[in-house]
Amino acid sequence: MNAPPEVSISLSGITKRFPGVVANDDISLTFNRGEVHALLGENGAGKSTLIGILAGMQQPDAGEIRVGGKAVRVTSPRVALELGIGTVYQHVLLIPSLTVLENLMLGAPWWRRCERARTLARFEELRGLLSTNVDPDALVGRLSLGQQQQVEIMRALWHGELMLVLDEPTSMLTPQGVRELAAVVKRLREHGISIVFITHKLREAYELADRVTVLRLGRVVGEIDREQLARMSEQEVIDRVVSMMFAREQSARGIEHVLVGDVAERREPAAFAREGAPSVVLRGVSTHGTHGECPLVGASLEVWPGEILGIAGVDGNGQQHLAEFLAGQRAASAGTLELDGTDVTALNVARRRECGVRYITDDRVGEGTAAEHSVATNILAKEIGRPPFWRNGLTHWAGIHRHAREQIAHYDIRTPSERVPVAKLSGGNIQKVLLAREMAPGSRLVVLNKPTYGLDLQNTKRARDWIRTGAGAGGAAVIVISNELDELIDVCHRIAVMERGRIAGIVDNRAGAEADIGRLMTGVEAAG
Amino acid sequence: MTGGGERERAREALLRTLRIVLPIAGALIVGALLLVALGKDPLAYYGYVAKRGLYSASGLQASITRMAPLLLIAAGLIVAFRAGLWNLGVDGQFLLAAVCVAALAPALARELPLPVVYLVCFATSIAVGAAWSLVPAFLKAVHGINEIISTLMMSFLGVSLANVLIKIPFNDPATTVPQTATLEVADRLARIGDTTVHWGVVLATLVVIGVHHAVEHTAVGLRLQMLGANPRAALHFGLNVRRLTFVAFALSAGLAGLAGAVDVMGVHGTIRADWNPAYGILVIPLVFLARFNGYAVIAFVFFFAVLLIGGESASRRLGVPSFFVLVLVALLMLFFALVEFLAHVRRARASARP
Amino acid sequence: MTDLFTEAFIASLVFGAVTAGTPLLIAGLGEQISEKAGVLNIGLEGMLLVGAYVGFSTTFFTGSYPIGFLAGGLGGLVTALLMAGLCVVLSMNQIVVGIAITLGAEGLTALLHHFQFSRSYPRLSEAASWKIPLLGDLPVLGPALFDHNGLVYLAVALCLVLIWVFRRTHFGLNLQAAGDKPAALDAAGVSVRGTRIAAVLITGFLGGVAGAYMSMVGAGLFLPFMTGGAGFIAIVLAMLARGHPLWVLGGAFLFGSGLALTTALQVAGVNIPTDVIQMLPFLMVVVVLIVFARHSYLPPALGVPYRRGER
Repeated sequence: MNAPPEVSISLSGITKRFPGVVANDDISLTFNRGEVHALLGENGAGKSTLIGILAGMQQPDAGEIRVGGKAVRVTSPRVALELGIGTVYQHVLLIPSLTVLENLMLGAPWWRRCERARTLARFEELRGLLSTNVDPDALVGRLSLGQQQQVEIMRALWHGELMLVLDEPTSMLTPQGVRELAAVVKRLREHGISIVFITHKLREAYELADRVTVLRLGRVVGEIDREQLARMSEQEVIDRVVSMMFAREQSARGIEHVLVGDVAERREPAAFAREGAPSVVLRGVSTHGTHGECPLVGASLEVWPGEILGIAGVDGNGQQHLAEFLAGQRAASAGTLELDGTDVTALNVARRRECGVRYITDDRVGEGTAAEHSVATNILAKEIGRPPFWRNGLTHWAGIHRHAREQIAHYDIRTPSERVPVAKLSGGNIQKVLLAREMAPGSRLVVLNKPTYGLDLQNTKRARDWIRTGAGAGGAAVIVISNELDELIDVCHRIAVMERGRIAGIVDNRAGAEADIGRLMTGVEAAG
Repeated sequence: MTGGGERERAREALLRTLRIVLPIAGALIVGALLLVALGKDPLAYYGYVAKRGLYSASGLQASITRMAPLLLIAAGLIVAFRAGLWNLGVDGQFLLAAVCVAALAPALARELPLPVVYLVCFATSIAVGAAWSLVPAFLKAVHGINEIISTLMMSFLGVSLANVLIKIPFNDPATTVPQTATLEVADRLARIGDTTVHWGVVLATLVVIGVHHAVEHTAVGLRLQMLGANPRAALHFGLNVRRLTFVAFALSAGLAGLAGAVDVMGVHGTIRADWNPAYGILVIPLVFLARFNGYAVIAFVFFFAVLLIGGESASRRLGVPSFFVLVLVALLMLFFALVEFLAHVRRARASARP
Repeated sequence: MTDLFTEAFIASLVFGAVTAGTPLLIAGLGEQISEKAGVLNIGLEGMLLVGAYVGFSTTFFTGSYPIGFLAGGLGGLVTALLMAGLCVVLSMNQIVVGIAITLGAEGLTALLHHFQFSRSYPRLSEAASWKIPLLGDLPVLGPALFDHNGLVYLAVALCLVLIWVFRRTHFGLNLQAAGDKPAALDAAGVSVRGTRIAAVLITGFLGGVAGAYMSMVGAGLFLPFMTGGAGFIAIVLAMLARGHPLWVLGGAFLFGSGLALTTALQVAGVNIPTDVIQMLPFLMVVVVLIVFARHSYLPPALGVPYRRGER
C-alpha cells in the first residue's frame, strides 16, 4: 500500500478548443494502475472532451499523452484500443443486429475471416474476469442494458488491460445493475487496471473512487488524492467537491442538493391530500410494441388534481409508450384514458391539447423542435392555424414574433433573437422553449419525460423547482417520468414503478421508499 | 462600426451572388472542355445557344413559352420538397395528365364555350396528376415506404400507360402515326399581343409566386414546412401527418398535371406516341438549387429554358445533340452542391474563430 | 390460348428471364452492399449506363468480352468514385448527387455514342455462351437455364459468396455496422468512411458490369438511355431483400421473367403492344411494394452522412 503507485497514463497540458469555447484548458493529470480515478464536473466542464481525446475520437490542439512514460499520439479509436485504453460510453455503442461475439470481433482488419474460436477464448477469459454470464451468441439488441454494458467493458479491455474509461456508467442501470457494476469495477481494479470513472453523482464517486479530480470550465480545479480521501468522511468530500465545482458562485447554493441526491429534504406525502375524484384515470392500457420497443401491458393509474406522480423504472420498460399514449401520439390497443371524467382515449394530439393535455418530450432535438425553424415558430408550433396568430389561415408573423419576445423574457430563454433557429440554443434553453410552448393556460394534465436529461446543474435545479411549484398550479395533474430516482424523490408526491410495460407498484414518497422502489424495479416484487 | 457592418453586408451580398454565379460558370467551363474534347468549338456553341434562345425575338419568345410547363412543375416540386417529400415521379404525372387533356380538349371544344373547356381541362389535369400520386402517398403515409422509389416506379408506369392510351383508346384514326386528336389552333390558349407566348406562362408565373407565398405565409404552408423539417416533431406538434402527406403529394402532382394541360393546350395541341420531354427530372435539380424559393426558381427556369431552346437549335445546326444540356444540368448540380459545401465549411471555420 | 404453354414458350420465357434478370441480380447485389453500409445509391442507374456504354465500346473495338465486362465495371467504379467523394467524404445530399450522376451519365453516354457512331447503332457479334455439361443437355430447361454467358453463372456464384462475406468476414460485419450504428463502428476503431467508400465503389463496379451485360449480351448494341430504369428496379430489389442476397436472386429472376414475357408471348404468337408489357415490371414493383410494404427494411443510418461526434 505504501509503495508509490505505478503510473499508467499521464496527461500534460492538454488543450482543446471548439468554436467559441475552450473545452480543455491546459489539463495535466496522472492515472495510476489499480486505481479508480473519478472525474467530476458539471456539463460543459470538459469531461467528455477529455475522454474523447483519450479514446482517440478527438485530437488535442496542444499537450502530451504519455503511456508508460513514452509520449504517444492517439490518432484514432483503433490506436487507443491498441494502447490498451478502452472506453465505455454513456450511450451503448454496440450494433444491435449483430451477436455479442460479432460485436467483439469488430475492429479486426477487414479482409480477415471471423475467427470464432480465438474470439471465444478471449471472451471466456474476460467473462471470467468480470464473472458474468452473457451468452456469446445472443443478439445484442436482445440483451438488457446492464448486460450490454458488460459486453462494452469486455470490448474495452479486449486488446489490452491498461485503462478502462467509464462515462456516466450508472445512468441507465437498475440499483441491482449498479451494484453489479461496482463489483466488476472492484475486480478490475484488483487486476491492476487503471479505471477512470466519470460521473456527476458524488455519492457514487465517494463509494468507488480512490482518487477524485474536479474539472470546471475546462480546467482542473482540484484533486483529492488517495490518502486524503481515506481520511475524509463522505460529507467532507461532498463539501470539498462542491466548493471546487462552484468556487465563488453564491448562486450555486442548493445545487449540492441536486448533485448528491440528498433526500433529507424529502417532501412529506402528507403535504398532499388526495381528496375528491382523481382527474386522470388510466385503465388497463396496452399498446403494440414495434422494433423491439417495450409496449404498455394493461397499465392503470390515477392522478389527482395538483398531484405530482413520478414514474420510475429502468429505461425501456414502457415509459416511452406511456408518455406517447398520454400525449395522444400513440394509439392504445386496449384500455381507456379519462380526463376530468371524459373519455379522451380516441382524441388525437391536437384535440387532447385542447382538453388541457401538455407533453414535454425528453427528445428535445429529435422530436420536440424543428431545428432549422426559429425560436418564435417553435414556441407556437402546437398552435399553428389557431387564432390569434393565424386568421383565415394566414400567418400573422408580427404577432408571433411579439409573443415570442414576451415568452423569451418570461422564461429567461437565452437567445440572440426570436428569429434564431432553435438548434443554435443550448439544451437548457431549448427546454425553456418547450416549457414556454406547453405552459399555455388551461393545463389539466402535464406529462414530463426526463425533464432534466442533458441539462446542466443550474438548469436542472431550476427545472425541478419549477416542477415542484409551477407544474401543478391551477389544479393540473402532473406525471414526471425519469430514470433518476433521486429526482423523483425530490419532486414527487407518489412514485409508480414501471417494469416490462406494467405498473409494478405505486409507493408514497416517504422515508425508505427507495428500497421498495428498487425491489419493484427489478421485478422481484409483484404489484401491490 | 457602421462602416464595418456595411462592408460586411456588401461582402455577404457578394458571396451570395458568387454562390450562384460560380457554379454556373463552373458548369459552362467544364461543358466547354467537353465540347473541345469532342472537337466542337464551345464559344460558337454557347454563342449560338444564346443567340437562338435569348437574343432573337422568336427565340426569346420560344424560351418564355417553354417556361410555362417548367414553372408549373417547379411550383409542384416546391410544395413537395418543402414538405420533405421527394416526388421524383413528376414525369409520369405530367405526361398522363397531358395525354388525358389532349384527348379531352378537342372533343369538348366542339361542344362547349372555350372558358368552360379550359376550366374542365385544367381540373381534369390536376385530378389525373394527383391520382397518380395516390399510391406513393399511401405507401409513404401509411407504411413509411421511401417515396423516391415508389414515385419513380409510378413515373415509369405512367409514361408507358400514356403511350398505351395514345395508341389504343385515344388514337386519332385520321392520322398515320399514333397520336391524339388535334386541338384547333383557334381553340388553344390565347397569345399575349403579337407574340407567340401564350397566357399559360402568366398563369404559371402567378402559380409559382402564389405557392411561394402560401408556403411562407399560411398555416397550411407552415404545417408542410414542419413536416419537411422534422416528421417526428410534426407528429409531436399534433399535425395530421398522414393527411398532410396526401395533401402535399396531391398538390405537387396536381400542379405537374396542370403543367401537362398548359403545355398541350398552349403549344402542342396533340401528343404523339413516345413523346416524353422528361421535364420533371430536369426541373428537380433547378428547384433544389433555388433552395425552394419561388422567385429564384423563376430565374433558374428562364436560364434553363434558354439552354433548352438554344440547345435544340444548336443540335440541328452545329451537330451537338441536345443530350449535352443534360450533362450541363448535371454539372450545374454538382458544382452547386460543391459550392454549398464550401460555403458550409467557410461558415464553420468563421464560427470557429473566437 | 390453350396451347400457349408450349415447350418453346416456356423455354423462351425462362431463357429470357435469366438474360433479363442477370443485370438486375448483379446490380441489386451491388446496391445491397452500399445500402447495408448506409448509403442509398440513387446514382446506380447512371453507373449502369456508364458500364453499358464503356463495356460496349471496349468490346466493339477489342472484340474481347471479358475485357469489355471489366472495362464496364471500371466505368461504373469511376462513376461511383464521384458518388463516394461527394456523399461519403463531403457528406453531400445522397439523393441530389444520385440524381445528378444519373442525369450526367444519361447525357454523357448518349453524347459520346453520338460522336462515335453518329446515328448508326452497330451490333456486336453474338456473345459466346457457355453450356454446362450434362445439365445443359436436359430437355427444355437445359438450354434455357444452363446455356448462358459465363457472367450469368458468376452472378449466381457472387450471390453465394456475398452470403458468406456478410456473415463470416470482418468486411461483412463492418458493412452491417456502418449501416446500423456507424458511431459504434467508429468506436471499435474501424473507419466508417473507408467502409462506406469501399461499399459504394463495389456497388459502382457491379453496376457497371450489370450495365455492360445489358448492352453486350442482352441487346448486343448500345442505345442512349437503354437501361430504362433497371437501376431503380435493382434499388427496389435491394430494399425488399432486407439484406439477404438470396432474396435479390429470387426477385431478380421474378422481374426478369416479367421483362421476358414480351418476347415469349411473341414466340407464342400473342400480340400485345410492347408498352403494355413494358409496364409489367414497374407494375410488379408497385404491387410488391403495396403487398410487402410492411416487410421492407432499410438500415437505420441509411442516407445519413456520418460525422464523428454528431448524433
